[in-house]
Amino acid sequence: MLRNFVKSLSARNLRCSIKNNGVSQSFISRRFIAPLSTTEPALKAEKVKVTFIFHDGKRMETQANVGDSLLDVVVNNELNIEGYGACEGTLTCSTCHVVLKPEDYNKLPDEACDEERDMLDLAYGLTDTSRLGCQIILTKDMDGLEIQIPETINDARV
Amino acid sequence: MSYKLLRRVFSSSSYNKRPQICIVGAGPAGFYAAMHLIKKLENVNIDILEKLPVPFGLIRYGVAPDHPEVKNVINQFTKVAQTPSVNFYGNITLGKDVNLQQLREHYDAVLLTYGAEEDKTLGIENEDATNVIAARNFVGWYNGLPCDKDLKIDLSCKTAAILGQGNVALDVARILLTPIDDLKKTDITEHALSALSESKIKEVYLVGRRGPLQVAFTIKELREQLKLKNCRTIWKENDLADVDKVVPDLPRPRKRLTELMLKSFNEKQTMSDDGNIKYFKPVFFRSPNKFLIDDKKQLTGIELICNKLVGEKCVPTEEKEILNCELAFRSIGYKSVQADKDLILNDGYVRNDKGIVEDASSNLAKVYAAGWLGTGPVGVILHTMGNAFQVAKLMHENLNNIDDKNKGGFEEIKKIINKSNSNVIDWNGWEKIDNYEKEQGKIVGKPREKICSVEKMIEIAKK
Repeated sequence: MLRNFVKSLSARNLRCSIKNNGVSQSFISRRFIAPLSTTEPALKAEKVKVTFIFHDGKRMETQANVGDSLLDVVVNNELNIEGYGACEGTLTCSTCHVVLKPEDYNKLPDEACDEERDMLDLAYGLTDTSRLGCQIILTKDMDGLEIQIPETINDARV
Repeated sequence: MSYKLLRRVFSSSSYNKRPQICIVGAGPAGFYAAMHLIKKLENVNIDILEKLPVPFGLIRYGVAPDHPEVKNVINQFTKVAQTPSVNFYGNITLGKDVNLQQLREHYDAVLLTYGAEEDKTLGIENEDATNVIAARNFVGWYNGLPCDKDLKIDLSCKTAAILGQGNVALDVARILLTPIDDLKKTDITEHALSALSESKIKEVYLVGRRGPLQVAFTIKELREQLKLKNCRTIWKENDLADVDKVVPDLPRPRKRLTELMLKSFNEKQTMSDDGNIKYFKPVFFRSPNKFLIDDKKQLTGIELICNKLVGEKCVPTEEKEILNCELAFRSIGYKSVQADKDLILNDGYVRNDKGIVEDASSNLAKVYAAGWLGTGPVGVILHTMGNAFQVAKLMHENLNNIDDKNKGGFEEIKKIINKSNSNVIDWNGWEKIDNYEKEQGKIVGKPREKICSVEKMIEIAKK
């Protein structure tokens, strides 16, 4: 529990650092100092409903904490989506690729930064409303959010 | 651990009906396949065999030391390995300790994920000259791969050239150009760190036979290179001329990558050279024709053939030029080795149909291939993940069609291996190595100090 809390704090710290100065280096040192930060309202118990929709049409509904990223939601609720979040929210993979409805996508407070777009460029089934789950922070007005999880289909031989 | 032990005691007395799966190669493809199989099959036993005493393959030995975030996936793999139905057996070599036929006799399915460990060669004159290095060995050297720890490389020269423009090429360039103080904080091996701290390399060429629109590296690696402290990127004017005209019509990933190159090209670089600046110099449309050497067989340069683009194709012209350099890296791709005589390799990977390795002896367990061994050495970890899931899905479907599941699995294999090798390393052994490396790392302020000798690994694991 505590580990998750620390983890979500550090993940959020990382996110901020990227947006503030556009620098993607020294993740380690940031991670290291992150637990000292107390500025995040992560303990607020406000919940929103989010639904993950898989490529085969299967739906997975869950209650998620406001302030959590979609990656946190998958990890904390043990949703067991294969391979999801391999780099643990450090913007170095695209396994947490999600597709949003256009109206939800447009409502997001921040646009994807360069580093996020770099990773999305490697994702399968990239769409105009694709994002990385680790970069989407749930807010109160996102209640009822529906998230498509694209299939990780692949044949590496082009 | 005790649960595992208990389970093994029970299962050794009489074969149960659980499907026995063998995975050869404990890299990302092997672990991702195992991840899928334990999710789909409630009752299964998976044995992951690995040539080295330690797991994780290219995550440990390929991913650059300054990319620790990419290695976070090790946490997911560790969870897989700690599942009661999964066993890790290190220090077992296919084709030496055990052969494929034996694995097929004692398992219900065999998945090969042993990767692509050899580098492709150029096949040009003087390729064996001193200081012509396979990028693959250089990567193994700075990452602590036991067979590469004694690599002979002379970094006392000014100019290095990398032949190839993929992500491995960019990794090599970045390691050569990164300020040494930044590398000190990574898990780069001590022998590499000490050699790199003495390095006199001032400029690194990145030579590609095709143009800027065909580069194989990905945007993340380029962005990182362009942001490198104290390093200036010099593009050749002619190479990027007219590229901006085609940019709007490119698909998004290629478009953004090209735009980043153009942005760097158009930037006024104001860095003044106080002696500490290094240079990164991409060169396009050049194919190596021969390595030039002096009378001591020491590299002095590379003769390049100038190419031109005709439509999508790159064709050689009559024109040649010399690139003076005293160090060269060959980074044009990998190929798989034929670990077992029963395997047929084509074009650097095992011949297979959607992951199923074709063969005639149908009375034995089916053989599958995933990851670079099955697809060829292309793509990032994500692609390997997708492929491994796909092949594992197929294995799962086929296993459902086998009624008679009473194979002996590792119980039987152990009897074969024990004849030649008494040092099988299990997960517990790896954890000891892991802890030891982290402890050693602490002393020098690194995340870990890798053990670079197989003997030493075995010694620690057996303690």
